[in-house]
Amino acid sequence: MPVPDRDQQEILAQLRRAGLSRRTLLRGAGMGGAAALLAACGVKGTGSGASSSSTGASSSSTGVSSSAAAPAGSSASGAATSGSSAGTSSSASASVPSVADRSDTDKTLNWSNWPEYIDVGENNASDHPTLDAFTKETGIKVTYTEDVNDNNQYFAKIQPQLSAGRPINADLFVVTDWMAGKLIQLGWVQPLDHALIPNLKNLQPALMDVPFDKGRKYSLTWQSGLTGIAQNPAALGGKKVESMDQLLTDSSLRGKVTLLTEMRDTVGLTLLDLGYNPEDFTDEQFTEAMAKLQAAVDAKQIRQFTGNDYAQGLVAGDIAACLAWTGDVVTLKADNPDLQYVLPEAGYTLWSDNLVVPILTPHKKNAETLINYYYQPAVAAQVAEAVNYITPVVGTKEVLAKQDPETAKNVLIFPDAATLSKAKGFMELDPDQEKRYNAAFAKLSGA
Amino acid sequence: MSVAAAGVGISSVERTGGPDGPVRGAGPDSAGPVGSRRLTPYFLLLPALLALVVFYVLPTLTLASTSLQTGDLQQGYSITWHWATYGDVLTQYWPQFLRSFAYAAAATLFALLIAYPLAYTIARRAGRWRNVLLALVVAPFFTSFLIRTLAWRQILADQGWVVSIMKSTGLMSVTDWLGLTSGRLLATPVAVVLGLTYNFLPFMTLPLYTSLEKIDPALLQASGDLYANAWQGFWRVTWPLSLPGVVGGTLLTFIPAAGDFVNQQFLGSVSETMTGNVIDSLALTQRDYPSAAAMSLVLMVAIVVLVTVYVRRSGTDELV
Repeated sequence: MPVPDRDQQEILAQLRRAGLSRRTLLRGAGMGGAAALLAACGVKGTGSGASSSSTGASSSSTGVSSSAAAPAGSSASGAATSGSSAGTSSSASASVPSVADRSDTDKTLNWSNWPEYIDVGENNASDHPTLDAFTKETGIKVTYTEDVNDNNQYFAKIQPQLSAGRPINADLFVVTDWMAGKLIQLGWVQPLDHALIPNLKNLQPALMDVPFDKGRKYSLTWQSGLTGIAQNPAALGGKKVESMDQLLTDSSLRGKVTLLTEMRDTVGLTLLDLGYNPEDFTDEQFTEAMAKLQAAVDAKQIRQFTGNDYAQGLVAGDIAACLAWTGDVVTLKADNPDLQYVLPEAGYTLWSDNLVVPILTPHKKNAETLINYYYQPAVAAQVAEAVNYITPVVGTKEVLAKQDPETAKNVLIFPDAATLSKAKGFMELDPDQEKRYNAAFAKLSGA
Repeated sequence: MSVAAAGVGISSVERTGGPDGPVRGAGPDSAGPVGSRRLTPYFLLLPALLALVVFYVLPTLTLASTSLQTGDLQQGYSITWHWATYGDVLTQYWPQFLRSFAYAAAATLFALLIAYPLAYTIARRAGRWRNVLLALVVAPFFTSFLIRTLAWRQILADQGWVVSIMKSTGLMSVTDWLGLTSGRLLATPVAVVLGLTYNFLPFMTLPLYTSLEKIDPALLQASGDLYANAWQGFWRVTWPLSLPGVVGGTLLTFIPAAGDFVNQQFLGSVSETMTGNVIDSLALTQRDYPSAAAMSLVLMVAIVVLVTVYVRRSGTDELV
């Protein structure tokens, strides 16, 4: 069941946003507040649930429209020009019934995103200034839900509906590269109308031809980040962890190390440490990396595999060093300024989370309007300043250089060419590889 | 000997004299000819039966059919009577099964040791504080159990006061030597069992309280009159009469604890995953639905077998 993990992270995220430090949060006095926040989560949950059912009802009342062929057809032609793996997907999406777009009359949008992945108001954590400005500008009311916590779990949540040809709650959601690629192949996301996204010209050129979506027919980057090694110097006793090898074998860290449940990050960094390329590796190399990780687990070096719930342990010092995502650590430094972040010399992974529009949504045009809005440098700057991840929008750095020079200078947020040269993605896996690698990786974490 | 006989004797008298016996016996005889009367109990059972079918029988059948399917997301799943899935999950995940039952058994035992004196005090000694104390037993339910479990993460933290006290008193070196801890409490089996014990304690306390509260104090007086000392009185009168509560409490603790995965996830490390964690990972991360279904069914069957043996052994049929 995904519930606890998601709830847990949501609770932590809410508390963090509410300005409570995680350490005071559970010290008894915080319990009342925590319960209240939990109740708030519950209310929010029902709210989004209600809106989902209304979406469902309205789409069924519109019925399956005969204009279905239009988007599917355009996707086929798009795929033909790009000549990439998208070809298989367009055939799949053509078989799925589509619905008429009601964006012009129904100015609403349901957007599902990861926790703490957008700017928040100064006093009210559920208030998002950029979204408010968007609503003012376009009249589109956005229901913003932070219910994506893990690519696999979110997939498990939307898969039953989408595979049965029923619409999901969200009109727009954010998933990591490989999951976006998988959804494109399954034909569960719609091609984007670039004519409605003129600000696409601001996309970082390097992100235009990503392997899973050449020419960005189906997806656009929301934020990117690096995976490296975060550390708490107090818990390390003056030591510094410089490499993945040290993280996995230095016995003074025994039981104080966590790795990520995201297979591509943990295995990617291990492959790099062994001198292999995570963008192009063999089964043998994968097995070798797994053996190295297994040895660390057997030696009880590894405490846990985590999502971004390493935050609490790292700040408190239960975790001395861990694999972590850049933006998180920049944010966590506010709680504990001593935290350090190391990008291993052997290389590290670079990933992006991408905006995609699922099939069967009646609000595709609204979604495209929103994507276009967030591709303005001034808006992207507001988000970058808040989430501390790498923005895909060219010109953001220049905007921030005036408003917030400190953030503009941070190489974790605006990595220079030297930093990016050592960053690697992860090779695309076919379904068989995906299954085998996932099973092997799950066994590693004791399940 | 005589005390025990007296106890059992009186309880059996109570049973036959209780409201159920005669009424149940008289019902069919007197209402025999009237058909609608005979059907009434079935009508009354209907809502429960419907709920049972919709929320238990159908899901279990779905689970069983899923466990025999093969396929993948792209091609879809179909029933192929692939029984080998069961063998695979058993050979691959038997340590997790053993661990689940061991942790659940330990948690049940600790919960019983803590809850029995607690329930006894509330039922027999609390006087006018009884209701307040009962409310306090239930009070933790007012907070989400996720929050409560997370709170243990703070309490047991490596830099926390519990660990520092254990270290300074040398207790930690003893538990380390026993292999229960490893210089820390969090992310050890001790923390997992502690979390399970804590979370299911009220489920143990309440049935115990109910059965202890029902015991007629006159029985203990009678045992005293028959020259039983306090210990004999407890062991020959109170304990046997509280057995239904003990059995009820242990079942309510053991069954959910064996399937729990939250405590492990929050308080454990990679080295002590339980069955629940495996099912979670199989269903949501690896999306191997057949294996997840097979695991769930194996867990269910194992629990049913264990519980049946336990209930038979403790002979609750006579005691309830």
